[in-house]
Amino acid sequence: MAKVVGDIVIDIEKCKGCSVCIPACPNDVIALSKNVNGKGYNYAETINEECIGCANCAIVCPDGVITVYRKKLD
Amino acid sequence: MALISKEEIRKPENLIYKKTPLLTDKPLSYCPGCGHGTAHRIVMEVLEEMGIQDKTIGIAPVGCSVLAYEFMNIDMQQAAHGRAPAVATAVKRLNPDKFVFTYQGDGDLAAIGTAETIHACNRGENIVIIFINNGIYGMTGGQMAPTTLPGMKSSTSPYGRDVHTMGNPLKITELIAQLPGTIYVTRQAVHTPGNVRKTKKAVRKAFENQKLNKGLSFVEIVSNCNSGWKMAPVKSNEWMVENMFPYYPLGDIKVNED
Repeated sequence: MAKVVGDIVIDIEKCKGCSVCIPACPNDVIALSKNVNGKGYNYAETINEECIGCANCAIVCPDGVITVYRKKLD
Repeated sequence: MALISKEEIRKPENLIYKKTPLLTDKPLSYCPGCGHGTAHRIVMEVLEEMGIQDKTIGIAPVGCSVLAYEFMNIDMQQAAHGRAPAVATAVKRLNPDKFVFTYQGDGDLAAIGTAETIHACNRGENIVIIFINNGIYGMTGGQMAPTTLPGMKSSTSPYGRDVHTMGNPLKITELIAQLPGTIYVTRQAVHTPGNVRKTKKAVRKAFENQKLNKGLSFVEIVSNCNSGWKMAPVKSNEWMVENMFPYYPLGDIKVNED
């Protein structure tokens, strides 16, 4: 049972689709979208709800586009 | 799994991490996956944690990070190519109560600015030097730099760097570690979360040293240059681990505690 749940918010217009966050994620939450943003990059998006809010993706993101939330479940 | 809605998680009290306000909202001009962005953020996060953003003056170099003053929301001065340690010396001597750091690439620090770097380190100026080493001239189109590895292809060494005619890669960090003026010399990387955390600790230690007027702290960050190396970002990070780290091993090179 997961004791914490997390969620990330990605600023898709600033994401450059470098995919450095994808191997950093322990739960394979992130993948590149098939859609592109205003600059033509395939931006990163969440593909499942396994996020634990570890912030690994956010601290390796070169452009700092990821905001991380984490909540403890009672 | 969805025991709790996303709106309930995305509340301000649950916020764990967001981009520091010391970085401006301008999109970074670096290529996708470039380590410069991470290095910028680490420096700014350290300044924010220490609460010294209003007392810090940064010196921007020439190179990819020439526009660092556009992204770092602190007082910055842009220096001529390679002369950032000389400008930092003047700024620190005229404003001894300010925190002064330079942010330089390998073409700036280890090629045209070798003299300024070595002499600033030898004088033991009380500044922090952040050195981004990606083994290539990124901004001008991937030319060979002093730090390019033996056999590494670049636009001016298309058959690979031949050490007999083009010289050996310059390990400038080991070089300046021998100088008595440096107090803390370390080499780090920013390609994985663990390395980012270690780098942040190193940058923090460097600024703490400056707070105590201990001497010059030098933090090298081995980074990728996926455009110059002609690789995808994740592939370039793997290449960096396989090829750069054996020649530029990570870790503290000199820690002078007294």
